[in-house]
Order: sequence, then C-alpha cells, then structure tokens
Amino acid sequence: MKLAYWMYAGPAHIGTLRVASSFRNVHAIMHAPLGDDYFNVMRPTSERERDFTPVTASVVDRHVLARGSQEKVINNISRKDEERHPDLIVLTPTCTSSILQEDLQNFVDRASLSSESDVIPADVNYHRVNELQAADRTLEQIIRFYMDRARKRSTLDRSVTDAPSANIIGIFTLGFHNQHDCRELKRLPGESGIAVNQVIPEGGSLKYLKDLPRAWFNAVPYREVGLMTAAFSEKEYGMPYISITPMGISNTADFIAQIGKLVNVWASALPEKRLNYKLYVDNQTKFVSQAAWFSKSIDCQNLAGKEAVIFGDATHAASITKILVKEMGIRVSCSGTYCKHDAERFNEQVQGLCDEVIVTENHTEVGDTIARIEPSAIFGTQMERHIGKRIDIPCGVISSPVHIQNFPLGYRPFLGYEGTNQIADLIYNSFNLGMEDHSLDVFGGHDTKEVSTKSLSTDRIDINWTPEAESEPNRIPGFVRGKTKKNTEVFAKRNNIPEITIDVMYAAKEKPSP
Amino acid sequence: MKTLEIPTFECETGNYHTFCPISCVAWLYQKIEDSFFLVVGTKTRGYFLQNAPGVMIFAEPRYAMAESEEGDISAQLNDQKELERICLRVKDDRNPSVIIWIGTCTTEIIKMDLEGIAPKLEKQLGIPIVVARANGLDHAFTQGEDTVSAATTHRCPEYNHRTTNQQKGDAVNHIVVDVVPDDESPDEGGKSNRCNLVLFGSLPPSVASQSNLESRRQSVSVSGWLPSQRYTELPALGEGVYVCGVNPFLSRTATTLMRRRKCQLVGAPFPIGPDGTRAWIEKICLVFDVEPDGLEERENQIWKNLSDYLDIITGKSVFFMGDNLLEISLARFLIRCGMVVYEIGIPYMDRRYQAAELLLLQHTCEKMKKPMPRIVEKPDNYSQVQRMHELQPDLAITGMAHANPLEARDIDTKWSVEFTFAQIHGSVNARDALELVTRPLRRKSDSVLGLDCRSLSRQTVDV
Repeated sequence: MKLAYWMYAGPAHIGTLRVASSFRNVHAIMHAPLGDDYFNVMRPTSERERDFTPVTASVVDRHVLARGSQEKVINNISRKDEERHPDLIVLTPTCTSSILQEDLQNFVDRASLSSESDVIPADVNYHRVNELQAADRTLEQIIRFYMDRARKRSTLDRSVTDAPSANIIGIFTLGFHNQHDCRELKRLPGESGIAVNQVIPEGGSLKYLKDLPRAWFNAVPYREVGLMTAAFSEKEYGMPYISITPMGISNTADFIAQIGKLVNVWASALPEKRLNYKLYVDNQTKFVSQAAWFSKSIDCQNLAGKEAVIFGDATHAASITKILVKEMGIRVSCSGTYCKHDAERFNEQVQGLCDEVIVTENHTEVGDTIARIEPSAIFGTQMERHIGKRIDIPCGVISSPVHIQNFPLGYRPFLGYEGTNQIADLIYNSFNLGMEDHSLDVFGGHDTKEVSTKSLSTDRIDINWTPEAESEPNRIPGFVRGKTKKNTEVFAKRNNIPEITIDVMYAAKEKPSP
Repeated sequence: MKTLEIPTFECETGNYHTFCPISCVAWLYQKIEDSFFLVVGTKTRGYFLQNAPGVMIFAEPRYAMAESEEGDISAQLNDQKELERICLRVKDDRNPSVIIWIGTCTTEIIKMDLEGIAPKLEKQLGIPIVVARANGLDHAFTQGEDTVSAATTHRCPEYNHRTTNQQKGDAVNHIVVDVVPDDESPDEGGKSNRCNLVLFGSLPPSVASQSNLESRRQSVSVSGWLPSQRYTELPALGEGVYVCGVNPFLSRTATTLMRRRKCQLVGAPFPIGPDGTRAWIEKICLVFDVEPDGLEERENQIWKNLSDYLDIITGKSVFFMGDNLLEISLARFLIRCGMVVYEIGIPYMDRRYQAAELLLLQHTCEKMKKPMPRIVEKPDNYSQVQRMHELQPDLAITGMAHANPLEARDIDTKWSVEFTFAQIHGSVNARDALELVTRPLRRKSDSVLGLDCRSLSRQTVDV
C-alpha cells in the first residue's frame, strides 16, 4: 500500500476510454461499480463536449459479486448495439473487474454473436500500466484489429496516394491542447505540399482505417500515445514514421527535415522535382514565427541566465526544456517527468540541458525540489501551478494533468510555428509576472492598497456588533464575508437597529438584498 | 384534476450516473475539523477524489488514499502491517483526533477485514479509528455520509441522567449550543428544559447554528449534533435522547441511532424550503409538547420575500434525473413554489425514513393542485433522456455528465451536486436554494443568443 494524495497519470481505464470516445461512433462499456463512470463528467465539463459521452457502465453490485456478471454485461452490450448502432463496442476492464477476474473475452465472444457492432475487450492490465500507456495500447489494438481484418478480407488499400500524404496519430480527447495542435499540424505539412491522409483517433471513423496504409508516412507528435501504433504499422505494413515532436523552432525544423527526407526518397517518382524544405523552414522561422526574433530581442536578453524548473509529461517537459535552454538562453535547474515508463528516453533528451533530472510520480518530491531551488519561474502541470502559488513563484502550465482553463476556446497550439509564438508568450509572461510582483514589493506595493475598503467605514460608528455576532461572519466563506457584513449593517441602519445580534444577521439575510 | 394520489414508485435498471460515495470525504473532512480520512482502495478511487472536489486537493486536505497495489490484492502483503505503516505516518504528519477509514469496492471484493484490523491498530496507535464502508457496490453519492455517520454513532458517549442533574444550575444560562452537549435534565420544570434533542446530518457550521436558533425560538434547544464540529465533541446518546435528521439520505444513521443507541427518532419532513422548515419545527415541537409560536407568520413572511424568484418559476416544469437523494424534498419545495414536477429520479428511496416527507409531498400536490410526480428509483439515464425528449421540461436537475449535452439540446439544466454543497437548509437559506434553481431560467431571458442558436448539437441520436 502506498500513501498518496495526488496522481499525475490516471488509472488505465481512463486511457482506454479517452481513445475509444475519440473515434466516431465507438461506444465503451465499463465493467465497474456505480460511480466509476466518472469519465462521463470529465468530457462534458473539461472539454465542454456537447454530446453525450459514449461510455456506459455495466454496473457491478452485490449480485455481481455473489453470482458473477452472468448475462448482465452481454445484455448491456446488446442493448447499446440496438440503441446506438455503434461501429465498435470496447469492453473496458477496471480495477474491479481485474480483481474479480471475470472472463471478459468470453463475454465479448458471446456478445459478438448477436450484435451487429464489432466487440473487443480492451487489453490493458490495470496494475501494470497507467492512463497513457493504456491509451497507447488501446489505440494500437483497435488499429491492428481493423487493419488485419481488412487484410484478411483483402479490402486493405495499400496503394500510396499520388501526392505525398501523412497520417497523424495520437490526437485524442482530453489531451493537452490537442485540438489546436491538430489544426496546426494539418497546416504544417499542408503548406509544404503534403496532404493529411487521416487523423486518428480524434474524429476518426473506423470505416476508413483500411485506407491508413495509403499515406506515405505516419507522424506521431506526442511520445505518450501513438508510438505503438506507428511501430506496428512499420513492422506489418512497412510504413515509416516520424516521432519528433514539432515543438519549438529547432524541433519543428527537424520535423520538417524528416518529412523532406522521407518524401524525397520518392523524388524520382514525383511529377515535380525535389521539394525544397529548407527554404520553407527558413522562411517560417524568420517571418511566420516570432520566436526566433524574440530570442534575439532585448526582452529575451533580460531572461538570460534566469532559473527555471520544468515538470510534466515526457513530450512536453523535454521539448520545453530544449526551448528554454537552446532557444532562449534560460537556465533550467531541474527538468523532470512523471512518465516513469519513458525515463530512459527522457534522460537522453534533456542530457546536458539541465543541472538535474527528476523522474517521479510523487508531487511532494517535485514540490520540495522547487522549494529548494527557488527558480524565477516554473513550467509544469496544474499541480506545479499550485505549488508556485504557495511559494509565490509564477508558473506556466505546459502539460497534463490540467483543469478546464487549459482547454481554451481560443486558438492555442503548442506545436508548429504558431505554437512557438504561443510558447514564447507563455514563457515571457510567466517570468515577467514574477519580476513585476517583485518590483512592486520593492517599491512598497500598489499605493491604492489602503484606500480601497469594502466596509461602510463612515457609518460604522453608529452600529455595534455583539461579540457573538461579530464572530459569526468568520464562519462564512471569505469571499462573501465582506458583503454579508455590509448588507447586515445596511439592514440594521434601515430598521434603526442599534446593535447587531445573530438574529439581526439572519433577519438581514432573509430580506432580498437591496 | 386528480389530487391526493398515492405516490407510485417505479424501479428501473440502475444504469444512472452518480458520484462514488467516497466523495463524502470532501465535505466531511471540512466539517470534522480534527479528523483524517483515509480512503483504502485503488487508483480509480484516488483519481475520482482528485478530480471531483476540484481545487480543494491543493489546500492540503486532511484526506489521502491508501493505494492498494498488486501485492495487496494478491495478499502478498499483510493488510494490517501496511495500514499500520500508513497510519503511523498520518499520525506523525497531522496528529488527528480520529482516523476514518473509508472502505471501497476494492476492500469489499478482496474482503479486507477493516473492521477487524481497526480495533487492533487503534490500541497500538492510541488514535480512534472509525471504519465506514462507503462503496459503489452498495451506495450512491451522499449515502457515503450516511455510512460515516452511522459508524461514528457508536463512538458517541453514553447519555447519563445522573451527571446531567449536576448541571442544573448553569443549564438555564446556556444560550445557543452548537456542539457542546447541553444535557438538561428531563424532570426539571419548564418546557424548554425538558428536551434532549440531537440533530444528525453534516451541515456547514453557520447553517447548523441557524437551525439551532430556529428551534431555540420555539424554546426547544438542541443539545448536540452528529457529526459535531470536532470528533472530541460528539454528543451523548442513549435512552431518553430524541434524534432528528436534517437530510433525507441518512436512513442508516437513523436506524443505528434507534436500534443500537436506543434513541427516539423524530420522523419529520426535512428543513429544506420554508414549508419544510416549518413542518420540521412543528414536528419537533409536537414531540416535546411545545406550542409552536409564530411559525405561520414567519413562513408567510419568507414566502413574501421570495416573490421575485417565485414569479420566475411558477408554472415552469422540472425533471429530476436523480443522483443525491435530496430529490423528494427539493421536488416538494419546488411544487410549493408553483412548479410542475414531471419525474423524481432517486437512487434509493427509504419509505420509512422519508415517510413524513412523502406525506408532505402528497399534501403539497393536493394543496397546489398539481399532479403527483412519478418517483423513479434506480433510474435509467438513457430512458430518462428519451422521456425528457418527449416532455421537454423547462428545467432538468441533473448530474454533470448530462448537463452540457442537454443544454446543447435546448433543455435548461442545473447541476444537482450544487444542492449538496450549497446552503439550502432552513428558512434563511430558501433564497439560496431558489437562487440555484432559477439561475438557468434567469440567464435565458437575459440571453443575447438569437433563436437560431437553440439546438447546438449535431448528434441526432440521444445519449
């Protein structure tokens, strides 16, 4: 057993559900007790999703404990099949089903006999993998299922498209700025003459998965999800893939150079001559992205040598470390990730860029490290933002886990050239906020501090608060306390009550506010 | 118009969305100031807790997970040793007056003997350990509090007639007593001194003291609350103590108080809305043989003050999908406000514990000449959405999973969880309750959206 207050990556089934519900017309059925369908709340609230989350629970209750699920799961599958006609139903195990050791494969076999939808059990081990690994695995599982089936039925389309094209793999629901990254990613190769064949899983349709091999290559923007799928496609179907994250100027340039390499292999077969990606990168770097110019500008000069701590998932933490150090000249005292399963590669990536590397799932360890280093700014998850708040250090949020404010409606990619602009803003603003606060402190704070007060200071002399009533407002949440006190005093004055008792307070509350 | 129908109860499939009962930790740790809640279970539970109470997790809460790992499940590790190690750390870090273990589905399934281990560790650590099994196998959302309260009941001191006689002298001077047991002897003259009333249900401190005040006005003083503000201040229980619930989901606690602690249960409607509050007080007065004073005037005054809100909701229809067991009381209040209730979904319906509330609902329907709503136990969310599609209610009171999708289909919604966290008890807070109910309706009339924004979903199939 482990004492835990907070976790960076969620349990395995969350990953499966995120992938399943990203596809169009795929339904997930969880084998779980009442209340474990919490995923249903996350999507409509965090992502402000307007449609019902395609996830239902086959509820495990006392009867299931006593007699096993028996027909329950199968009935739930057939029912969803009739109600919604999904293309695929993913039976999702949870910790409960893994402890009960029910034979989900058996349910699936039996249910597929009667249902028109395809039915597969998600093959994830609850105790061995976390949310991200499970998502990676589930995505591969679904893709493998449909591509292999298409091959057996000889419907798999293996003729590559005439013009160069790519699949983008790993964009999915509740991912950090994934929707915006996706738009940016479509634009990035698009401008250099490469079409997007398919984006999976977000918005992807299972019907078209047989056309996946038509793309010239796969692009996997995030390390956490999609690599397994890309590796599988390479092995089985000979599709090359790019696993560079186009985040920051140099990474984006590398990404495009890779595309160039892959595409120009076919140069002889292309109608036009060799595509010149170098020119494109040059132009974008100098004029579309402001980040290169920002690095040279006097603003960025002021940041030189300042200290920062970085923590997040492997993709974002490594890329941001690289940007801060190589592109802005900021000193990264510590860079870390909670993706323990990817530690080796992370170490390799940030090697030589930072003073120390921290790989942990324990937020207090991260907090202690930050407190010890006292950087000028933190770049991390929502948790680091709160750590920063407690010790008065500004924080830019660069990675999941995040709250609703990190699902912005406005266009905020982290990838591509527009992404470099966003990141430059984020970094500059975080540092600058800290400096502003600091100089305010140095000069004695806002000079209006004393004047703005919310109580009726001039009328206060007439009104007495009994000690009993005086202590009552302290029980009210801070943000409404002032208003309650004020309303009570207004009420007392209006009714010529000289002394405020608890009764008066509540009497005031019962009256509609003026 | 059909009136005074006998309520019909239906029971559906139980495929509905609600919070896991361990969420009670989020409000109970704030209520019981010197407690520490330890949730024993897997990551799934921890993930829920960290997401559901939102930002509270960052305020160094007095709760944590004892996260089971593979070795715990396969019994390679010894449960008692593991829990001992964790509780020792909790003791060192926070030094609480009580550690409350919340058993989850995991501990149920692997049959971890929490009740057996607790007394042993309690002796070893010198801290009381209370075990509550708040799991999703048996319970829904607010019922979690019920399991904790029921377990805490056994820890209350024994009520003793003799010791209270000594307090006779200063008992008269006691004013509002929030948490300290104010044991006035039953044989003392004067009506106000004859009652020994303990209220159960966790309310924010200010709401609790409002309720104390409310009953003190009727010369009935409240001698204690379960749970109390601090674990060390639990009220005395025993024969001769009257108990009354303030929330509709506390049936297990009520049963335990009656059967195990020999208390007398005052079966009353719950103090939600001015009508409920009045009926609640009246019932308490009746039990203590006190003539209620000025209640009707007071209720009328409250209703008068609510007139601006009532104008908005009178005649509008509402549909409760059901997830927190407050539904019957809220529906009754809203019918009294002039709304039409189409359906009351509710996870679990204890007809004995809620008898008085159900009767009041029936009378309210009769009085307001409104049809008796159907009460659906263990609802099926899919079918409910289909029904809502037919009925087109003006307002759906629903969980967060359905709120945004329903809004996109042009059905105004109110998150039902807010009623669990907001202050809605007592006459004083009737305005707050209506503030919540009317918010979606008020917002609509102010909306700048034109008519062409009415339905914003592309999905044709529902749910």
